[in-house]
Amino acid sequence: MADPENAMGATTLRYAFGNVLSFFILLLIGVLAFSIRLFSVIKYESVIHEFDPYFNYRVTQFLTKNGIYDFWNWFDDRTWYPLGRVIGGTVYPGLTLTAGTLWWILNSLNVPLSVETVCVFTAPIFSAFASWATYLLTKEVKGAGAGLTAAALLAMVPSYISRSVAGSYDNEAVAIFALIFTFYLYIKTLNTGSLFYATLNALAYFYMVCSWGGYTFIINLIPMHVLLCIVTGRYSSRLYIAYAPFVVLGTLLAALVPVVGFNAVMTSEHFASFLVFIIIHVVAFVYYIKGILSPKMFKVAVMLVISVGLAVCCAVMAILIALVASSPTKGWSGRSLSLLDPTYASKYIPIIASVSEHQPPTWPSYFMDINVLAFLVPAGIIACFLPLSDASSFVVLYIVTSVYFSGVMVRLMLVLAPAACIMSGIALSEAFHVFTRSIKFQLPGLLGSSQVDSGDASSSTVVAQNDAGKVEKTEDTAKERPSKKNKKKEKEIVDKPSLKTKIEKRLLVLPLEASIFAILLLVLLGAFYVVHCVWAAAEAYSAPSIVLTSHSPDGGLHVFDDFREAYAWLSHNTEVDDKVASWWDYGYQTTAMANRTVIVDNNTWNNTHIATVGTAMSSPEKAAWEIFNSLDVKYVLVVFGGLVGYPSDDINKFLWMVRIGGGVFPHIKEPDYLRDGHYRIDSQATPTMLNCLMYKLSYYRFVETDGKGFDRVRRTEIGKKHFKLTHFEEVFTTHHWMVRIYKLKPPKNRIRGKAKKLKSKTSTTTSTKRSGANKRNPWH
Amino acid sequence: MEKLSISILLTISLLPFLCSSFSPESPTDRRILVLLDDFSFKSSHSIFFNSLKSRGFDLDFKLADDPKLALQRYGQYLYDGLVLFSPSVERFGGALDLAAVLDFVDSGHDLIVAADASASDLIKSIATECGVDFDEDPSAMVIDHKKYAVSEIEGDHTLIAADDLIQSDVILGKTKIEAPVLFKGIAHSINVANGLALKVLSASPSAYSANPNSKLSSPPSLTGSAISLVSVMQARNNARIMITGSLDIFSNRFFTSSVQNAESKIKYDKSGNEQFVTELSKWIFHERGHLKAVNVRHHKVGEADEPAMYRIKDDLDFSVEIYEWSGKSWEPYVADDVQVQFYMMSPYVLKTLSTDQKGLYHASFKVPDVYGVFQFKVEYQRLGYTSLSLSKQIPVRPFRHNEYERFITTAFPYYGASFATMAGFFIFSFVYLYNK
Repeated sequence: MADPENAMGATTLRYAFGNVLSFFILLLIGVLAFSIRLFSVIKYESVIHEFDPYFNYRVTQFLTKNGIYDFWNWFDDRTWYPLGRVIGGTVYPGLTLTAGTLWWILNSLNVPLSVETVCVFTAPIFSAFASWATYLLTKEVKGAGAGLTAAALLAMVPSYISRSVAGSYDNEAVAIFALIFTFYLYIKTLNTGSLFYATLNALAYFYMVCSWGGYTFIINLIPMHVLLCIVTGRYSSRLYIAYAPFVVLGTLLAALVPVVGFNAVMTSEHFASFLVFIIIHVVAFVYYIKGILSPKMFKVAVMLVISVGLAVCCAVMAILIALVASSPTKGWSGRSLSLLDPTYASKYIPIIASVSEHQPPTWPSYFMDINVLAFLVPAGIIACFLPLSDASSFVVLYIVTSVYFSGVMVRLMLVLAPAACIMSGIALSEAFHVFTRSIKFQLPGLLGSSQVDSGDASSSTVVAQNDAGKVEKTEDTAKERPSKKNKKKEKEIVDKPSLKTKIEKRLLVLPLEASIFAILLLVLLGAFYVVHCVWAAAEAYSAPSIVLTSHSPDGGLHVFDDFREAYAWLSHNTEVDDKVASWWDYGYQTTAMANRTVIVDNNTWNNTHIATVGTAMSSPEKAAWEIFNSLDVKYVLVVFGGLVGYPSDDINKFLWMVRIGGGVFPHIKEPDYLRDGHYRIDSQATPTMLNCLMYKLSYYRFVETDGKGFDRVRRTEIGKKHFKLTHFEEVFTTHHWMVRIYKLKPPKNRIRGKAKKLKSKTSTTTSTKRSGANKRNPWH
Repeated sequence: MEKLSISILLTISLLPFLCSSFSPESPTDRRILVLLDDFSFKSSHSIFFNSLKSRGFDLDFKLADDPKLALQRYGQYLYDGLVLFSPSVERFGGALDLAAVLDFVDSGHDLIVAADASASDLIKSIATECGVDFDEDPSAMVIDHKKYAVSEIEGDHTLIAADDLIQSDVILGKTKIEAPVLFKGIAHSINVANGLALKVLSASPSAYSANPNSKLSSPPSLTGSAISLVSVMQARNNARIMITGSLDIFSNRFFTSSVQNAESKIKYDKSGNEQFVTELSKWIFHERGHLKAVNVRHHKVGEADEPAMYRIKDDLDFSVEIYEWSGKSWEPYVADDVQVQFYMMSPYVLKTLSTDQKGLYHASFKVPDVYGVFQFKVEYQRLGYTSLSLSKQIPVRPFRHNEYERFITTAFPYYGASFATMAGFFIFSFVYLYNK
C-alpha cells in the first residue's frame, strides 16, 4: 500500500515535468484540431457550408439581433408557407446559444467580429474542446498516456472533420464535445463517487440535450452500462451516485428544452433509463437489506422481495406496454425506429430514406472515415479487458453500440469516431507502454550502468507520456481505495496488483529488436493515419458545397458559384414577400441567402407539405401550376446538373419526390415514371416522366446548349428536346445552368373561344398573325 | 410627363380617373377610336355616336384600312376604347392587326365589336380570342319564325325582335327596357365553361342560324337560346368587350323604327335598341359597375395601429372601403353581401361585412386558435361588377412563453404533491441524520 506513495515521493519532479509536458501536448493537440479544420477557409473562403448550417446561421443572426426571449418565442413566417414554423420550440438551441454567447463575449470585449465569422469558427474551436474531453475521458479509463494518444487521434479523425470543418456550423459541431464530456463526467463520478461530479454530469447532459437529438444515445447507453454493471455483480454505491442523480436531474433539465419538453418522459427512447432507475433502486435496496440482515433472514427476505417485485414489475410493464402500444408509432420516432430496424425507414418513411446521410454506410466509408483506427479498435477492446474496470467496460459498451449504429446510418459514424479514437488510443498507448517498458528493462542490461528510473533521459516523449500515464493511473487507484466501502470490491482491488505485476513480468520478456521494430511499425501506422487525415481534411471534406470547383485538364481551377448567383438574383429581383418553391433541400439556403419565403425546407416536419411540392414537381405543367398557385408561389427553383455534370441535382432526386408525393397523393405512381423498372430520361422514358414539371423545368431550352441535349450526369441524350412552357416562364438561369428559376405566369386575361376550325379556314396571312398573337399570349 | 408615366403604371381600377389626365390637350375627354368600313356609317349611326359624344367621349373616326392607323405611340396608348364598326375588313391598315387589338384589351382597354353577315375572318378571330364563336357558316343568319319583327317585307324572318335580356341592373341600367330589341345579323355562341363572357341578349328558343336564302339541308349547328345576339366579356384585368353579330343594332334606322313582335299584339312606337345600346355602352366604358376597394385596415380591438403579426385568439377589427365609379366621381358602394375571409389554405373565418352606407365595410372577429401565415381576403365577384380580389398577408403566432397561465387550478393537486414530497424528504433527512 505504501509503494505508490514512495514512488511518488521519489519522483515528484519527474511527474511535474510529465504534467507540464502533457499540458503542452494537449495545447498542441488543441491547435492541431483547430488548424486542421481551416483548410476550407484557406482553400475556399470563410463561408457557411451546406444546408443546415445556413439555417443555424440565420437563427444565430436572429438571436444576436433580437435577444434570447425573442429567439425562444420566434415564430418564423418565412418558411413552410403558409404554415410557418415555431423556431424556438422546434430547434435544438445549444449550438445557436453557444455561438451567440461567443459573439456576445467577443463583442463586449470590443472584438468586432461578424456573426458569420463566429459561426464559421465555432466548429473548429469545439473540436479542440472535444479532443481535450477525449483526453479526460480516456485518462479516466486507462491513464494519461492513452488519453493523450486518443486526444491526438480524435483531433484529426476524418469522420469528425467531415462534420466540423470551419464553416460546417451544425449541431454536431458542439454536440460531439458535449457527448464526450458527458461520458467523461459519468466515468469520473463512477470512479470517485462524488455527488459534485454527478451534478456536473447532469449539467453536461443538459448541454448535450440542448445541442443535438443524439442525446438519446447517452440516455440509453448509460443505463445499459449501469445494467451491465449490476448484472456482472459490479454494483457499488459509486454506481448509484453516478446514475440516480443523473437520471432525475438530467430528465428534469432535458424537459426544460422546448424541443424535448414532455418527450423526456413520454417517448420510448427515454424509457430504458427509467426502467434501469427502478432496477438500481431495487438492487440498492437488496444490498442494504443484505447488510442489515443475517444470511438466513436474508433468504426469506429475498423470496418476499422477488415475489412482490415481480408482481410490481409485471404491473408496471403491462401499463407501459399498453401505453406504448396505444400510440401509432409505438412511441418511437421514425428516426429511432430506423436505427433499430434498418429497413424500417426505406419501407415506410421515404422522407427519412431519401436523405443520403440516413443511408447505411459502405465498407470503404469506414476506411475513409476512421482509417487505421478500424484495425486498432479490436486491440483497444482487448486492452480494456486487461483488467476490466467499470470505466473500461463503459468504453467497450460505447464502441460496440456505436459500431452498430454507424452500420445503420452514415451520419452516426460521427458517434463511432470518438469511441474508435479512445479504443485506438488505449491500444496504441498500451502497445507503446509494453514495448518501451521492455526496451527500458533491457537497456540497463545493454548499457550495463543505469537504473530503471534513469531511462527517461534517453526515452522519447512517448515514453514520458506513458510514464506519466502510468503514474497517474496508480495515483487514481490510490485515490479510489479509501472511498470504497464495499467489502466485495476491496477484495478485487487486492487481487489487482498481483495480477498486474504478473502480466507486466510476462510482457517484459519481449526481445529488444522486436520491440524497436514494433515501435517503428506503430509510428509508421500513425504517420499513415496522419497523412490520410490531412488529405481528407484538405481534399475530401473541405468543400463548402455551395461553391464547387473542378480542375480543368491543364491544371486550372474552375469555380462554380451558381448557387449564390441564383440566391443573389432572387434577393435582388423579387419582391420581399414572394414565395419560392423548390425541393426541400434548398429551403434553408433560400431563406438564409435570398431572404425569400419558402414552402418547404430541410426541417422536414410536415410530410404532407413536402408531398404537395413533390406532387407538383411530378405533375404535368397545368396541375403543377394549380398546386403552386394555391400556395401563392411566385417562383420555382430547380437545380440542374446536366450541363456541367453536377450529380446531386433535382433530376437525380426526382424519384424521391415521386415517392414522397405518391405516399400522400396516390394518383402519383412511381411505376409511371419508370420504364421497365429503370429510371431514365432519354427517348425511352415514359410519357409521364417526359411531361412532368421537373423534367420540363430542368430541360427547358437545354437542347440550345449543344444542339443535341446531352445530359452529362445521366450520360444520355434527353428524350424530349423541343418543347414550350405554357404556365411557367424562365426568368433566370445561372452561368452553368445549375440553378434555374421560373416564374408562374398569371392566369390569362381572356378565355379563348372554342372555334378551332376557324383557324384552318383562315387565310395564310391571318394565320401567321394569329401565331404571332399566340406567341405573345401563350396561355392556352 | 410625370402624370403620363404614372398612368401607365396604375391599373385599370383607376382608369376613369386617369383618363381625365390621359390626353393633356383635352383633360376631360376620353378618346375612342371608331373604325369604319365606310364613312357613311358616321351618319347612319349618328344617334349612337352622338350619345357617346354627349357623355364626354372624344370620338376619332377612321377607316379600317387607313394606312396611318395606330393604337399606341411611343409605348403609350392613344385611345381608351376601340369601336370596330368594320365587319368586312380583312386587314387593318397601319400598325393595327389582331395582336395589336388583343394587346389593347390586355392592357385594360375597352372594345366594341360589331359584325354582320359580311363579317370577315379577322373580325371573327378577334371575337374568338375574346371567347365568342361566330357561326362558322359565312352565309348563315339568325332566323326566328316566331319572334321576328313584323315588317313591311313579309317573310323576312331575319329581322328579330329579341326581348330575352340579361337580368342585371348593372349592365343594362335600372330602367327596364320594355320594347324588344331589333336585331338582324349573324349568330354566335359562348362556351358554357367560359366564366368571363356573358350573354346579354339571347335569341328565343325558336331561333336558329342558317342561310335564309337556301333550303335547310342539314340541322343548323346553332339553335335556340344557345344563340347569343349580343355578348359582353369582362377580362380578368377588367377590360370590357361587347360583341354583337349585328351592326344594324346601333343604326339610326333600328333606333327609331317601331317594333312589333310577331307573337304579341303590342306595338311599340320605338324599339328598345337605343336604350339597350346606350345603357350597354355605359357599362362597357366603365360608367357603371366599376368598383374599387381602398384603405384595407385591420387592427386589434381597442388599438389603432396595424400590427405586424397577430397572436392566436386575438380579437381584431377589419375594415375596407368600397366605391363605385359613377362616370364622374367615386360613390360609396352599398351591398350586404361583401365577405371577408381569414384564409390559410382554406378560410378559417368567413364573415359578412357590415356597411355604414358610406362605403366603409367593417367586421370584427377572433383570430382562430391556429398559427400560420394568414391572409385577409376579400373576393367579391358579382354579375356586372368588376371583380374585387384583394388579399393582405398577416402572420399569426402562437402564445409567447409568458402568455400562458402560470398556475392552473386543475393542477393544484400536483403542486400540493410536489411540495408535500419536498417537505417529507426534508423531514426524513433531518430525522435520519440527527435521530441517533
